[in-house]
Amino acid sequence: MKEYLQKYVALRKHNFKVGVKKAKQRKMCYLFLAPYAILFFTFTILPVLTSIYYSFTYYNIFEPARWAGLENYINLILEDDVFITGLKNTLMIAIITGPLGYIASFLFAWLINELPRWIRTIAVIIFYAPSIAGTCYVIFSQLFRGDAYGYVNSYLIEWGIIDAPILWLINPDYMLWICMLVILWMSLGSGFLSFVAGLQGVDQSQYEAGYMDGVKNRWQELWYITLPGMKPMLLFGAIMTITSSFGVSDVCKVLCGYPSTDYAARTIVTHIWDYGFDRFEMGYASAVATILFLMMILCNKAIQSLLRRVGT
Amino acid sequence: MSKKQKTPKQPKPYKKKLIKRRKPNRSIWGDIFLYLFLALAAIIMAFPIVFAIENALKPLDELYRFPPKFFAQNPTLDNFADLFVSMGKSWVTFPRYIFNTVFVTALGTAGHLIIASMGAFVLAKYDFPGGKLFFKIVTTAMLFNGTVLGIPQYVIMNKLNLIDSYWALIIPAIGGTLGFFLMKQFMEGLPMALIEAAKIDGANEWMVFSKIVMPNVKPAWLTLIIFSVQALWNNGGTQFIYSEEKKMLAFALNQVAAGSIARTGQQAAVNVVLMIVPIAIFILSQSQILETMASSGLKD
Repeated sequence: MKEYLQKYVALRKHNFKVGVKKAKQRKMCYLFLAPYAILFFTFTILPVLTSIYYSFTYYNIFEPARWAGLENYINLILEDDVFITGLKNTLMIAIITGPLGYIASFLFAWLINELPRWIRTIAVIIFYAPSIAGTCYVIFSQLFRGDAYGYVNSYLIEWGIIDAPILWLINPDYMLWICMLVILWMSLGSGFLSFVAGLQGVDQSQYEAGYMDGVKNRWQELWYITLPGMKPMLLFGAIMTITSSFGVSDVCKVLCGYPSTDYAARTIVTHIWDYGFDRFEMGYASAVATILFLMMILCNKAIQSLLRRVGT
Repeated sequence: MSKKQKTPKQPKPYKKKLIKRRKPNRSIWGDIFLYLFLALAAIIMAFPIVFAIENALKPLDELYRFPPKFFAQNPTLDNFADLFVSMGKSWVTFPRYIFNTVFVTALGTAGHLIIASMGAFVLAKYDFPGGKLFFKIVTTAMLFNGTVLGIPQYVIMNKLNLIDSYWALIIPAIGGTLGFFLMKQFMEGLPMALIEAAKIDGANEWMVFSKIVMPNVKPAWLTLIIFSVQALWNNGGTQFIYSEEKKMLAFALNQVAAGSIARTGQQAAVNVVLMIVPIAIFILSQSQILETMASSGLKD
């Protein structure tokens, strides 16, 4: 045992020395990275760590934080029914809109890629416009208004499909589905755009080599050539999709009201907002955020291992 | 006797094909089906945006008309005119708001582009101790939801004396994670041989970065510009800025739109106005992306 330890220590020492030497050789790398690293540390890492620390405290923003151990987490899981509703809704939204949005982003980017230039520009603009348009989704609250002035209701009544207006955004049966529809409409976002740019980086000569080697149809070409060539972009798109589909809140808040009927459109992020900025229980809100963070890390791990299998 | 001299066949003048040659392994039915599907999807996607623009063109009585009609019967620009009248009444002038937003957006985007690309370049192309770990930290940190970060960020800004200045918006934007991640993923695809060749020719690191790497990842940084402009343009800046004269355009416009029912028309106009600039930048950069792919012939 002792011998083993000694060897281990020696190996560690050696590795460390090699590392230091390498680092000295690559001084310029650190120089290039330093400006970004400093900003990133100050404005992202430090706040994230502070928030995780707050999650173990009672902190109401006005008084200094008081250590509370696991109290927030215990309350969260055992006593907070609204959180469980929010968790359910968030998972539902993420499981339905996440994969659909991700696949649609890639599919559309891929189809658009083979179009002639000018059509392609127009197509990219049409598909990306919903995400670029900021708060344009507000328009859906007019489309789905609950009274007969709402466009959807008015047309459905005119066509005789329903005879009384449906409270799309107030009835808990419909709320979440309408939100998902809007989220799907907006889901061709940063992932889509990076796919569009990334598809142009795929080596054209590989396609030609593919014809020679007998790639028979577009689907084989997609699986064996395009997708493996796009791996870095696919990873980027996956992380973007995770952050957006788990982070849904504004759409639900704007369309279904805040708070929504029976909390039927409450998501985890809405819950964070509620506790953090309306009830000023920052410690509790941070605990919710930390749980969301852990969920997203797990999801990211799973997706990364799936993506590793692409093209094999 | 004059012998008719045989003229050599004139080469046809080079003409670019209007439509790219079909790839050999495509079935015609597949093409038709997929593009019909694409067209249908495009119509559905475009519909709400068209509706938003239509709404902005409707006079107030049509907005509350029963039964409602999708298309404006008497389109007017009154809503936009009203919007500018309302804006003109505020004591901070309209151009000042525009200046604030443009200044913050331009500086934040330019800074983010340069600093994030520099870091992404060494991380993607060199192997150095700590590099991989750093990248892992960045991707993990991206997953943390931003909602609760407001308070710690405020404390840090306060310590750095940045509160109530443009820098409170610009500096965090420069250190953003999205663009950094994007650049790193793109630069990974760049052949190492290219960098080595430049080095043998006597280029230093900075020259490699600015003259070789950046021109070759143009689609990436044009995309980064879109993301950054979009985020900053829609930023109201209310969290860290108190002085009215330093607030952003998005804040001012939303303030107008927040008026009650009489402002419904202007509200629709606000939606359109806020949309226009990011879409214009987007169209510009998209045409640039298409340019690059024609000219870069560089592959491993």
